[in-house]
Amino acid sequence: MSAEHSAPEGPVPAPWREEIGRYAMLLAFAGLILLPLFVMGSTSLKTQKQVFESGFSFFFLPTLENYREVLSGRFLGYLGNSIIVGVVATLLTLTLGTMCAYALSRFRFVGRSTIAMSTLLLRTVPPAVLAIPVYFIWNSIGLGDGLTGLIIVYVALNLPFTIWLLYGFVEQVPTELEEAATMDGCGPFRLFFTLILPLLKPGLAAASIFTFRIAWNELVIASVLTNRGTRTVPYAVYLFITDVGIDWGKLMAAGVLVALPPLIFTFVAARQIIAGLTAGAVKG
Amino acid sequence: MSHNPAASRFVPYAFAAPAVIIMVFGLLYPVAEAFRLSFYELRLGEQVSPAAFRGLAIFIEALGDSSVRESMYVTLKYAFVVVVLEMAAGVGFALMLERPLFGMNIFRTIFILPMMIAPICVGLIWRYMFDANAGPINAWLSPFGIQPTWLADSTLSFLAICVADIWQFTPFVLIMALAGLQGLDQSSIEAAQIDGATTWQVIRHIKLPLLAPILMITLLMRLIDALRGLEVVYAMTNGGPGLSTELFPLHIYKSAFVTQRMGHSAALSVCLLLVTTLLSLALMWKHNPLKRRGETA
Repeated sequence: MSAEHSAPEGPVPAPWREEIGRYAMLLAFAGLILLPLFVMGSTSLKTQKQVFESGFSFFFLPTLENYREVLSGRFLGYLGNSIIVGVVATLLTLTLGTMCAYALSRFRFVGRSTIAMSTLLLRTVPPAVLAIPVYFIWNSIGLGDGLTGLIIVYVALNLPFTIWLLYGFVEQVPTELEEAATMDGCGPFRLFFTLILPLLKPGLAAASIFTFRIAWNELVIASVLTNRGTRTVPYAVYLFITDVGIDWGKLMAAGVLVALPPLIFTFVAARQIIAGLTAGAVKG
Repeated sequence: MSHNPAASRFVPYAFAAPAVIIMVFGLLYPVAEAFRLSFYELRLGEQVSPAAFRGLAIFIEALGDSSVRESMYVTLKYAFVVVVLEMAAGVGFALMLERPLFGMNIFRTIFILPMMIAPICVGLIWRYMFDANAGPINAWLSPFGIQPTWLADSTLSFLAICVADIWQFTPFVLIMALAGLQGLDQSSIEAAQIDGATTWQVIRHIKLPLLAPILMITLLMRLIDALRGLEVVYAMTNGGPGLSTELFPLHIYKSAFVTQRMGHSAALSVCLLLVTTLLSLALMWKHNPLKRRGETA
């Protein structure tokens, strides 16, 4: 079915009718993607009565009441927990991950291939598989209820992807620079932090978004490692669903608050995210 | 490398050690613990004791359990349906959109939005979309006089969770395929066109074969993710009605923290881990991002 839509390759400009067809398709596709997000946004601005009025409508008198209610409860504290977990986990993952990627790229040492292999295998461990043993171990060593335990799991979960993403960026830094710096008597750690790290900014930007996204969005492990005080937002949102019924407006308001930071990052750094998504497959 | 060999012997270990220690403690050790727990008959909160040791009996009992089998069947069906449809739609759209278009960057940004937001939000959004009373889908269907109770019907709720995943991840396939198409060597395509090949022949015999490695990697990544996620379903249906949307990871989670059978759950998680690790090995064989320049494997 695609044959009639595809333009021939080459320098010949496509006829305008085909261009319009392509834009129409892009717009339809973008519309399908955005529609559910708009539904979430508009529902968060509705009263319970408006939600249940017959016929879904984008035209109504909006209210911020749902947000006021959500933010006046414990949710504000949970947002704080999520910010702490997200920021600390991201900083730790980036620091440790970059150092490890640098070691794998620049040095030959006993154990290098073991580390490389197991890193690649560990990047697909399902969170559901980790939940049980982590719950079991963390509780027996006193990490069971706090943000520290959660941060450790998130750093571990994110390191494999971060290491291989940054590995690609380290490989692109020419070694001549380091050789010159070493000749001038620069030690390996000063060299890494003052010379290499600044050159990795694009890679660090991509890696930080992916890491923050996991730490901010993760639900399964967070639901078993946190309590009423240390909860993070994804599970807090889930708990808005009760047996008695769902207050859709409040639920969607909480959902918007959880979805917002990653959405903002996407608009700020779409280029880096796409580079990160396709890094493995395309450059390889 | 022109490092001083004596001084630099410990340098790589100093750089790698912190990350390795965290991964061993936070990933490898828990995975090993999951293997160990899978030999014990334990309730949530109980400690491992020799009396609770059952060996492989837990595995045998778990794999014979009818709800476990049902959940495996649902998961395989789900993974097959969503991955096939996402690959077909994503690659199809990519072939139609490959030529650079003005404003493509903003569209690309829109396309990655569903992947970036929390899976729990995706689940809640679609739970609302499909809600029989308040949901927009039934509101839009009301002029036609049909009001399906989507999430209360076993077939329709399975359909609904597939729709949510397809919404979220078709753009991922699209973006991967577009990136691949843009990296293709144009000369062979032009040569074929000069020889009079039709658009379809160019796609079928030149573009798709050249894209195959990237599409294979994309397929494996999607497959692994489809087999290991549970949040969207947890929010949409919590596995129901019955077991019609009980994806395997959700079943693992529920048997540990709802029915509280730790050993049973650990045994199942070992099974899931074996499957995802095998797929991960296949992915690594196709593409090893940590290989050195010039190395073959």
